[in-house]
Amino acid sequence: MAKPQTITQKILAAHCGREYVEPGELILAKVDIALGNDITAPIAIKEFRESGAKRVFDPERVVLVADHFAPNKDIPSAIQCQILREFAREQGLRHFYDGGEMGVEHALLPEKGIVVPGDLIIGADSHTCTYGALGAFATGVGSTDLAAAMITGEAWFKVPESIRLEYQGVCPEWVTGKDLILHTIGDLGVDGARYMAMEFVGPAISALNMAERFSMANMAVEAGAKNGIMAVDEVTLAYVRERALRPYRVYESDAGAPYALTRTYEVSRLEPLVAYPPSPENVHPVSEAQEQGIRIDQAVIGSCTNGRLEDLRLAARVLKGRTVARGVRLIVIPATPLIYRQALEEGLLAIFLEAGAVISPPTCGPCLGGHMGILAPGEVAIATTNRNFTGRMGHPTSQVYLANPAVTAASAVTGRITSPAAL
Amino acid sequence: MLLTGRTHKFGDDINTDEIIPARYLNTSDPAELARHVMEDADPEFVQKMQPGDFIVAGKNFGCGSSREHAPIAIKAAGLSGVIAESFARIFYRNAFNMGLPILECPEAARELKGGQTVTVNLDTGEITVKETGRRYHSRPIPPFMQELLADGGLIPHLKKRLEARAT
Repeated sequence: MAKPQTITQKILAAHCGREYVEPGELILAKVDIALGNDITAPIAIKEFRESGAKRVFDPERVVLVADHFAPNKDIPSAIQCQILREFAREQGLRHFYDGGEMGVEHALLPEKGIVVPGDLIIGADSHTCTYGALGAFATGVGSTDLAAAMITGEAWFKVPESIRLEYQGVCPEWVTGKDLILHTIGDLGVDGARYMAMEFVGPAISALNMAERFSMANMAVEAGAKNGIMAVDEVTLAYVRERALRPYRVYESDAGAPYALTRTYEVSRLEPLVAYPPSPENVHPVSEAQEQGIRIDQAVIGSCTNGRLEDLRLAARVLKGRTVARGVRLIVIPATPLIYRQALEEGLLAIFLEAGAVISPPTCGPCLGGHMGILAPGEVAIATTNRNFTGRMGHPTSQVYLANPAVTAASAVTGRITSPAAL
Repeated sequence: MLLTGRTHKFGDDINTDEIIPARYLNTSDPAELARHVMEDADPEFVQKMQPGDFIVAGKNFGCGSSREHAPIAIKAAGLSGVIAESFARIFYRNAFNMGLPILECPEAARELKGGQTVTVNLDTGEITVKETGRRYHSRPIPPFMQELLADGGLIPHLKKRLEARAT
């Protein structure tokens, strides 16, 4: 009988033409999609040219998104985007997103059906692991790996060991996928899953909508993981069926598959969580943060972690009929043009505007301290983003607290970190 | 190959935002990136360091974003390499792909102090401290990675493969 494997092993095996791969072994695998953005792709394009290569391996499978410093924030970033634009034109890339077609890459690619279950995806962006929510193997790499994949359609991997994370129970009100992943990172630590696959399973995962699943897989890298992954179910298929641009394949872990570590979490007792600066592992219950009266200058709702329609709906539920506290800037960033349009049609943008929010075009923007909401010395922000490292959103003495969209919206209303249940 | 330089000590979980803050990522020019290396971990680092020096750090060095600008900034600043207890995986990969020497050696990472002089033998992974004569052995580099380093990084390695295929 064949040796049992995890979903991660099976996808990697399928992409190097084998039935079985062993955790720890080095393989050369075919990639289905290779992704770059306006920060990482210019280096990859330079290396592509230096290698003497003329054509990308497949113009349907190399994806470029100008989302980080776009709309271009200054002349150097305009030049970076120009490099992408010219390369996309020269190579005839089908998937190049710029201007009004551009969205935050990890929200955009699943939405457009560019990434599908069973894929092997590499992206020169650490949050590429987001696509694991589709039952795909997706991992972040650097620009050089991207360049090599653009040329050959292949990348080398060490087959990771897996961690099985099982979530039991039912999420209480205001507890979201974001809180489950913050809880997990708080438990494992920022290097607790280093080099490994985080496999999310259990009834509480099955109950999550796709936006919440994406935000969980998105932050796997915050525990040091190579990839985060979830099995495909009816929720996944309902999302994928109407979008997929290519045929997809569903994999699942075998009974008896090897796990380096297993954890079981009971979610019924959780409350929304807040990760204090400067590390995503500094996780505290929102009630504790609220007691401490942590004052904020800015609240950001958006990013590849929490900029999807479901996230905006949650924020709007909190903000409806309320206004942002005096002295607080609330910035809402719909992650893609489609999400922006749906939020407009559903009346969410009107709720945000009435509350006193700034609505930004889709961009990574302030999440990485790029533009559109940079913090001054000593300022404090609460954000639905994924990292709260020193200086992440601006000046090195500024601070970022991470939370779900409901907590972030409630905090914008009071000017202090606040539980939505307390409003 | 032997590399000698002074050590600069940092803590655990040094992330790529500290190694090269995103506010400088509107360019990928190595010389410009080098001017800001480690800036958010130690704003005076660029003044303190000399070409040839080593960064010594705790666990999970290079965690966070996939920006290759981090190893580029370290390399372009003229630093010899990084000795750490452990490395975050994308940084580890990027360093080899770029040809930046990195050594995983928990013992040395814990015991080394800032301002010491170390000699690193890249072939054997041996680290020698000049002041004390103490020797450490870092984890051996997997053969596949050694091949990458020998070829000068992933792109030259690939070029060699492509040329071999053509002939």
